[in-house]
Amino acid sequence: MKNHSTLKKPAIKLHAGQNVIGKWHHQSYTVVRKIGEGAIGAVYLCTQRGRPVALKISEQDAAVTVEVNVLKALKKVQGYRLGPSLLDVDDWTAPNGRVYSFYVMEYMKGDRLGAFIQAEGKKWLGVLMIQLLDDLEQLHQAGWTFGDLKTDNILVESNPPRIRLVDVGGTTRMGRSIKEYTEFFDRGYWGLGTRKAEPSYDLFAVAMVFLHIYYPRRFDRVAGEASGKLLEKKLYRAKDLDLLHPILKRALKGKYLTASEMKKDVIDKMKQLQRRSHYHKKTRQKKNYPVLESFSISIVASIYWIISLLLP
Amino acid sequence: MKAGTLKQILLLTDGCSNKGEDPAVVAGLANQQGITVNVIGILDDDQTEEPEGLREVEDIAVSGGGVSQIVYSERLSQTVQMVTRQAMTQTLQGFVNKELRSILGKNQSMEELEPEKRGEIMEVVEDLGETSDLEVVVLVDSSASMRDKLETVKEALVDLSISLNARIGKNRFCIYRFPGRRNDIELVLDWSPKLDAISQVFPKLTSGGITPTGPALRAAMYQFSKKQLRRKWDEEPFDIEETGY
Repeated sequence: MKNHSTLKKPAIKLHAGQNVIGKWHHQSYTVVRKIGEGAIGAVYLCTQRGRPVALKISEQDAAVTVEVNVLKALKKVQGYRLGPSLLDVDDWTAPNGRVYSFYVMEYMKGDRLGAFIQAEGKKWLGVLMIQLLDDLEQLHQAGWTFGDLKTDNILVESNPPRIRLVDVGGTTRMGRSIKEYTEFFDRGYWGLGTRKAEPSYDLFAVAMVFLHIYYPRRFDRVAGEASGKLLEKKLYRAKDLDLLHPILKRALKGKYLTASEMKKDVIDKMKQLQRRSHYHKKTRQKKNYPVLESFSISIVASIYWIISLLLP
Repeated sequence: MKAGTLKQILLLTDGCSNKGEDPAVVAGLANQQGITVNVIGILDDDQTEEPEGLREVEDIAVSGGGVSQIVYSERLSQTVQMVTRQAMTQTLQGFVNKELRSILGKNQSMEELEPEKRGEIMEVVEDLGETSDLEVVVLVDSSASMRDKLETVKEALVDLSISLNARIGKNRFCIYRFPGRRNDIELVLDWSPKLDAISQVFPKLTSGGITPTGPALRAAMYQFSKKQLRRKWDEEPFDIEETGY
């Protein structure tokens, strides 16, 4: 005979208007709508005394506790806001009688990276990549690898545009094995590296994130074709990324050992670009010069000619 | 706390057993020997609802103290590694719960602790999950209906070894298919730390319509003890059953 507690805990679905009340801290949250779903549980937009919050709930208690640990550790990294801030951790007895663990974090408003670039244009690519690398650098220095870095986990807050990383489900201590990943962004899937948590793991994913903007439907590995070649081909077909090609290629090959190395290359590229556009303006002026010169010479010449005609 | 060896059977199937003893009973037996039984039910791409046969999947995992999941073959790779890890955590958590009970009293378990304390214990569980050694007997259903899925299963297993080999702890895998040509199970790959080499040995052919899941599980269970005999003189392994099954 099976008793109640040995049966597999069913996945939990919350509906709009439902109240989730914590068993330990007695806070009450009213569900507005679902805003995301992953391998571990789902995230809901809720209100708590009128203010919007994001609530993550899962049937896997252990995974919830692990994520909470990560958020708490990130909170200790001083002077920098990596990931959403944690507001509450608690358990809730669902109508089905089972207890589900959940945690509550700040609700971040923004566009997904892909949507933002589509709306605002490729001119933002460099700036956002620098921001992203900046955040990763901080995270890496604090001893963590983000892990499940993908377009869906990167929000762009507006005014001014600022990258925010969400969902720390894959965030893993350096040197350990990556906890959670998404195949398209995972170098292990492409056969281009291990799943050990180290900066180059995230930097590979950064390159894939930017590739994903131009291949929104993603693509799969091809049996019998070297993945390195395939990714390079796809990269060259994404024309909007052309200036970043060498940098992205290095990241895909695992050549960057730290986020700051990669960031430096992006910054240099941006500077180079600015200089070049400056130079473009100058050369354009120079190009106008000879025309102007010959024009003025011919005017002077014709004046002489007219004068010579008038003079007897 | 010292890290030791976790033992798992990973069963990959797409249907109901139809020969021999009840697989859920065998899984229960295995669990009593300190082996965790995980089951993955594979759906056909055109299957819109879970067929009757896959109901058994959950029963086997529950009595085997493991994790079960029913998936379409395209999601197989990620599911296999997730299920394996989740089961490791679950086993270690069970072990920690037992320790807690012996220290704090009969009714204490992690779930009854307040979230703050739970976090600290979970860090210990995570450390153990990263450092303990793991042995997995993979049991692949190779009855006729699995024909189109074997390639995906192979990829998923290679992927699993990539994931697990990124851990600090050691891994050992062996693969059996069932039914075998002569016995309930047939060896595909003997104990090995990596699965990169399976491409050459992985079966492409399927055999008949019989699915003797129960007998296959029983045979898989014995693979651990065989190996333990062989490494009798090695250092003492960390055994879940030591803590009082």
